[in-house]
Amino acid sequence: MPIKSYLAYPKEGMKESLETALSSFENCEVIPSKNHNLIVLVTETTDKQQEELLQEKLHAIDSLKMLSMVSGFNHSEI
Amino acid sequence: MKELEFNRVSNRRSFIKKMARLSAMAAAAAMFPGILFADEQERMLPSGELEWKKAPCRFCGVGCGVLVGLEKGKAVAVKGDPASPVNKGLCCVKGYHSVMAMYGKDRLTKPLVKKNGKYTAVSMDEALTLIASKMKETIDEYGKDAVSMYGSGQWTIPDGYVASKLFKGCLGTNNVEANARLCMASAVTGFLTSFGMDEPMGCYEDIDHANVFVLWGNNMAEMHPVLFSRLLDQQMRRGAKIIDFATRTTRTSMAADKSILFKPQTDLAVANAICYEIVNNGWVNKSFVEKYCSFSKGSTDIGYGIEDKFKFKDVPEGIDFEAYKEFLKDYTPEKVQAISGVSAKDIKYMASLYGDPNKKVMSLWCMGMNQHTRGTWINNLVYNIHLLTGKISTPGNSPFSLTGQPSACGTVREVGTLTHKLPHGVVMNEEHRKHAAEIWDVPVENIDPKPSYHTVEMFRALDRGDIRFMWIQVTNPMVTMPKLNRYRDATKKEGRFIVVSDIYPTPTTDIADVILPSAMWIEREGMYGNSERRTQYFEQMVEPPGEAISDTWQIVEVAKKLGFEKQFYYNEDTHIEEIYAEYRRHHEGKKHNMAPLEVLKAQPGAMWPYVDGKSTQWRFNSTYDPACTQEGFDFYGKPDHRAVIWQRPYEAAPEIPDEEYPFWLNTGRVLEHWHTGSMTRRIPVLHKAMPHAYAELNPADAKAMQVKTGDKLRLTTRRGSIEIPAAINERGVPTPGQVFVPFFDENLLINDVTLDAFCPISKQPDYKKCAVKVEKV
Repeated sequence: MPIKSYLAYPKEGMKESLETALSSFENCEVIPSKNHNLIVLVTETTDKQQEELLQEKLHAIDSLKMLSMVSGFNHSEI
Repeated sequence: MKELEFNRVSNRRSFIKKMARLSAMAAAAAMFPGILFADEQERMLPSGELEWKKAPCRFCGVGCGVLVGLEKGKAVAVKGDPASPVNKGLCCVKGYHSVMAMYGKDRLTKPLVKKNGKYTAVSMDEALTLIASKMKETIDEYGKDAVSMYGSGQWTIPDGYVASKLFKGCLGTNNVEANARLCMASAVTGFLTSFGMDEPMGCYEDIDHANVFVLWGNNMAEMHPVLFSRLLDQQMRRGAKIIDFATRTTRTSMAADKSILFKPQTDLAVANAICYEIVNNGWVNKSFVEKYCSFSKGSTDIGYGIEDKFKFKDVPEGIDFEAYKEFLKDYTPEKVQAISGVSAKDIKYMASLYGDPNKKVMSLWCMGMNQHTRGTWINNLVYNIHLLTGKISTPGNSPFSLTGQPSACGTVREVGTLTHKLPHGVVMNEEHRKHAAEIWDVPVENIDPKPSYHTVEMFRALDRGDIRFMWIQVTNPMVTMPKLNRYRDATKKEGRFIVVSDIYPTPTTDIADVILPSAMWIEREGMYGNSERRTQYFEQMVEPPGEAISDTWQIVEVAKKLGFEKQFYYNEDTHIEEIYAEYRRHHEGKKHNMAPLEVLKAQPGAMWPYVDGKSTQWRFNSTYDPACTQEGFDFYGKPDHRAVIWQRPYEAAPEIPDEEYPFWLNTGRVLEHWHTGSMTRRIPVLHKAMPHAYAELNPADAKAMQVKTGDKLRLTTRRGSIEIPAAINERGVPTPGQVFVPFFDENLLINDVTLDAFCPISKQPDYKKCAVKVEKV
């Protein structure tokens, strides 16, 4: 049951669009910065399969410039 | 059982998720100084019925107001207090994690006494009895000046007050010092020599009015992130300019409008060059200078305090404006360019910002100017700039010395826990001694009129054997003392007895004969005083672990065991209130009145002087300060009511790079860790974000030496050497020929190789400059 956090960088002028796209996924928590072009993203998936599916969806978002992982935990090991 | 297991897993999962969020936010804060997530902080806090109580933050001197979330007797969450005028609801990474610092696995919970080389747990009463008897024994055998107390800017106000009362008032020794000597002493002597009274005349609200912020060697983005976010807010909203004047490119430089780099120690020359430009371009506020300023010069070639028992006394001499103008001729921008490496154009640019009558300017500084062998001088010189232009004591025009610790101002500077100080005034002044003795209920003869040892000399005295007993509270000198090798060895000498009060094992508890477990922050009641003269109260919210008790009560109990029951009459349940009420008596009057406790309990602090139910935001200005006795400005700290413009020259550092040791060594702090890391290194997110120290090199130097990030370097000075990984183009970038190392890492003790030279006036050591050899291992 992986829990991961990321720094998500939107393409120029597309922060709101990225925020909307990320918020549409039920296993994503989205925390936009108030004063920088940056979004903190926390994902929580049930298993490896769902995790891979989410990764595919994330990387398909047009407004996403870069996704940089900060921490990763596997809940079964916790 | 199933429900319990579900709750356990669910709680654990919720905790892990929170850790994941915080890791990302910590990373973001490290990469983007001043980044804000304020609204989200509240949303991500644990759900449930939390009780929220206000406190000042435990960490830096900004003094942010926080709300601590309590659940089942435990502090479980922190959020910024929206009612606090300091931080307006924001928190930095350290503040947000502050409650986690209380719950490290290895908290000290029992008093430990070293017996036959091994620590044995004893009762608190047994430990305190042993301390009292050792103090008495030492005084009987070696005299009162053989016992000493070394405290901290993290002491609460009551901690420092009872320490001063016991040692200065009852025992009759001025051997009370605090680690703020290592961080703020030059600011104190700067204020006293220029204005006759300590602490900034302005307040944080100046940020909301200033057009220009000049940061003098001050990496605010990492050291004072919440205040820096207020600067960035003004930069974005009003177009305020930020000038970063430093020896190293940092995250602050990246966010600034202009970064100007200078060679170490030459800030003295640049400040004089700015004054030269102000004088020679007709930017002097003549009316202000004529009415409210005087001119003086002091001794020159004043030494560096490297030798034991170093003595220095400045000999001020009044001069006139013409003599001062003549002195400045040595500091034309062109001449100073050659000394400082700062172009004449940039010097003129900085001068023009200060000289423009339509711009309000705030100068901010911290360790860069204070940890300086001419720390008092550089403080004086920045005041000169503000005095010449009359840009002082009005909203937005403010020379502002920032503090590094939560109560460096409140406890060390205001209570007076330095060898020469009393809560009101100095030990050398008979009236001040009489005033203190009356309140302390001791004969005035008890208070020694001669200061004894400042911090560096106190540890030297321990080494020599002049001091035999030292009680260390809330600080970690076995990581922070410069030239640490000598002072660590001193503590291990035969016939020395060291007591350490702390919350975790540290390199300092390692050298203790007795270790006392202390109650931390909201595990007891107390007050802190921040950089803007704001005193803030916090109540006890949770129980301390095991037998831990407050530093205040440790001292009170020992004082009583030494026979001072009359002076230490306090009731255990109400002692903080009683001590604060007694302390306020020292400061009565319009110049320094402290707010009553009920006011501190009701609101997020109050700024002294607190007069007629109001905080004073701008001192020395009759519009705002009831203590002024004349219209306009009144620098009432000086007998003639005039601030002093000082003639202070540029003088070189004591140890400059040469053929054998060709680099400058500069040390400092990082965003994630509080000073020596004894608390923040026990917070997983912060520890992971910054797990160990490193040595920053300029990329050009690294290329020449074929060094890349992670390669091991050997740094060698005349005091010794350490091996440490290199960091190239990482957190900061030093100028060519300079190395920067943070000091938070007890496993990579950079202070083993630093120099214990200090400012002869403030006695504050210079951690920013010595010569070092750099080799790839």
